Amino acid sequence: MKVLVTVLPKPSVLDPQGAAAAEAIRHLGLTGVGRVRIGKVIELELPDSTPDSEIHRIAKDLLSNPVIEDYSFSK
Amino acid sequence: MKFAVIRFPGSNCDQDCVLALNNLSGASADFVWHKDTSLASFDAVVVPGGFSYGDYLRCGAIARFSPIMQTVKSFAASGGTVLGICNGFQILCESGLLPGALVRNKGLHFVCKHQSIRVESTNSRFTHTATKGQVLNIPIAHGEGCYFADDATLAALNANDQILVRYCDASGQTTEAANPNGSRENIAGICNETRNVFGLMPHPERACDPALGSTNGLVIFDSLLKC
Repeated sequence: MKVLVTVLPKPSVLDPQGAAAAEAIRHLGLTGVGRVRIGKVIELELPDSTPDSEIHRIAKDLLSNPVIEDYSFSK
Repeated sequence: MKFAVIRFPGSNCDQDCVLALNNLSGASADFVWHKDTSLASFDAVVVPGGFSYGDYLRCGAIARFSPIMQTVKSFAASGGTVLGICNGFQILCESGLLPGALVRNKGLHFVCKHQSIRVESTNSRFTHTATKGQVLNIPIAHGEGCYFADDATLAALNANDQILVRYCDASGQTTEAANPNGSRENIAGICNETRNVFGLMPHPERACDPALGSTNGLVIFDSLLKC
């Protein structure tokens, strides 16, 4: 199966890339843009039998840094 | 005192560290490849700067899984001296040897310049020959040097006197303008609770020879040699 892990900076962490992208969106003429955060998406190919607990372990111990990032995943 | 300088694929300050240390009387340094697992013949470990594993995923995220890091962890747990510089600081944070994390500079730019830092605590084997409040002129060179820790961690760092150096201006004021990367509370370097692991973004090894414009980095290595 394919698992998509999404990693985003925590709301409390400064995200200058997101702020720069928000500013660029305003330059596009869209004034209503709120907060923009930039993270990453990681696609994993895993055996169908992989339990969620293993996916959490991969996401928490390697793909994200819990000090600065939150993650979620979808199968 | 024998220093191990760890080499990861992508380390690029390893030679500077070995050169700076070998120029000091009483110190000798050798490279240790990241796939090695022994630090038996060494008194101290330096995790040098660079771009280990190309900064893939996050700075230091892959390096922490290198075989040598398990040994560095047990070396630190038994009280051994570990100094992480720049990418080395990032690796120590990723490894859990130091609290917090280093994220993208607030200004988004890679910053490469001489920077003033202020010694906040002399209560460590890394800073005991400095004076409290002493301003050091030491180069910085990083894109992800913005120190982040949550409020509770920051409070603990302050309460335990773990913040060893802060970014400041030439007169020693830790102003926002003197903060090159947006680090919380102008933090440039911290030690762990047991004070034997120190990580900092500035490069003391690049400030050990008058030809390089500053010798202020010597105070950290001298402190270690005079433990």
